[in-house]
Amino acid sequence: MIDVKHLTKYYGRTLAVDDISFHIDAGSVVGFLGPNGAGKSTTLRILTCFMPATSGSASIAGYDVFKQSLQIRSLVGYMPENVPLYPEMRVREYLMFRAALRGMKSKQRSSAVDKAAERCWLVKPEDMMHRRIDQLSRGYRQRVGLADCLLHDPKVLVLDEPTIGLDPAQVREMRNLIRSLGEKHTVILSSHILAEVEQLCGKLIIISGGKIVAQGTPDELRRQVSGPSRVIVELKGGQPEQMAKAVADVDGVLDVQHNRAGNWTRLTVQGAEDADLRQDVAALVAAKGYHLRELRREIGSLEDYFVQMTYEQITRD
Amino acid sequence: MRKVLILAKRELSAYFYSPMAYVVAAMFLLLVGVIFLWGVQIPFLKIEMEPVFRSGAESTLRPLFDVLAYGLAVVVPLLTMRLVAEEFRSGTIETLMTAPVTDAAVVLGKFIGAFVLYLLLLVATGVFFGLVVVFGKPDWGVAGMGYLGMVLLGAMYISVGLFASTLTRHQLVAGLIGIAILAFFTGGLYLVVQTVPAEYAQAVSKLNMITYFSDFSRGVFDTRGLVFFLTVTAFFLFISVKVLESRRWR
Repeated sequence: MIDVKHLTKYYGRTLAVDDISFHIDAGSVVGFLGPNGAGKSTTLRILTCFMPATSGSASIAGYDVFKQSLQIRSLVGYMPENVPLYPEMRVREYLMFRAALRGMKSKQRSSAVDKAAERCWLVKPEDMMHRRIDQLSRGYRQRVGLADCLLHDPKVLVLDEPTIGLDPAQVREMRNLIRSLGEKHTVILSSHILAEVEQLCGKLIIISGGKIVAQGTPDELRRQVSGPSRVIVELKGGQPEQMAKAVADVDGVLDVQHNRAGNWTRLTVQGAEDADLRQDVAALVAAKGYHLRELRREIGSLEDYFVQMTYEQITRD
Repeated sequence: MRKVLILAKRELSAYFYSPMAYVVAAMFLLLVGVIFLWGVQIPFLKIEMEPVFRSGAESTLRPLFDVLAYGLAVVVPLLTMRLVAEEFRSGTIETLMTAPVTDAAVVLGKFIGAFVLYLLLLVATGVFFGLVVVFGKPDWGVAGMGYLGMVLLGAMYISVGLFASTLTRHQLVAGLIGIAILAFFTGGLYLVVQTVPAEYAQAVSKLNMITYFSDFSRGVFDTRGLVFFLTVTAFFLFISVKVLESRRWR
């Protein structure tokens, strides 16, 4: 569906996007993840034909972004960051204008606007469609922007930071909406919040300093992160060194570190990859008669990975 | 073409939603009224005129038009400065240019929107012409030519103002650039003519936008004037499109 090859973009002398390539299948929700200034918006702007790349190629549904820009523009729905809208227009009037600009006949226009408005919860309160855009709250502006990109039922939706500036309830609504859109459309969204894309997207592309540092499904990425498994145990009822040594003798344990947590001793037990030592540790604790207040397995979080990947990139530069 | 009209309609309604159109229209009509009733004196441009509307005067709007040709060089850029600059400032240029419309359609739509507003202002000056008709016997041919000249001159001014608006994201800067260009090609060239050697003076005066306009306001239809206005308008619209496109390779 979307093919990007060796895309590079310079703003003057500043390198914004550095030789990135990726492929996105039809009908998937893809998250572009990266810290601020990583080149996410630039990439999306190139894909939506707002500006050309310095070099490389990109195509959507077989159309070239540079040569067949008009076809792509009628195929794609794009919501830019900060959702620019004409402040003096009324919601319905704006959507009708946008529908007309998309070349819809006047009969279609009205029903397309109603449909999009309903999908984006713009029908309540009742006068919402007749309010001036400059009087809308951030959340409603965002919905108007989204309704605008849904008007022509596009194959591809490109949403730049769709949840930024929304309150928690609105963020949840927006996520649900995007999830439901993913069933029929190909959705690309950008974000600098990992938790968000992790929940929403079937595929993540992590970008930092203009380069792709990792891509894959959340599970694939998580597997890269976790490495050796770890079990955290908090115990009482013996000398810390003694307890650590006892746990270290359990089969499969590679390393044990101990430190104090109040009256309790906290052990970090390192095992081999994919090993789950919880049962063995619990059995040992029971046999020795220690008191146990916590026993959990720790899997490397994507968050750690994300920070690590993007941080490495920054320090390398 | 349909999209051009859709854009033009939005542009025109945007004028009426903002106080700008009303303020500029009031300014313009006040200017016309003052000239009409009291006349003006601008020694610097050798403009010295009696009130248009006085007993014993020729029943024509010609002197009014001649002064307006200068006045509009200030008024029109104030109307057009918003057109593209505001899209850049607010970021709506991004939604606009990622919709399936060409750069040329955008420029043309904005031009037509502003042009229709200008025509409405011209229609409003009909009140003054009405007074001339009531109290005198105007030459309809001269009046018609005068209005045709105003229409052509306005189109040209708007294209220059629109061009200025594509250059920057700041409305005020766009307005000032527009006024500067128009002031140079109207009043400014008078000063140049006086300072350059005689053999160039003629050529320089040919560049003056006002020269062609005064033929029309006298009631003379001159194809040179028509061609001049239309080509200059087309030229500025063309470079506006190019400036807008240049965003793609900058």
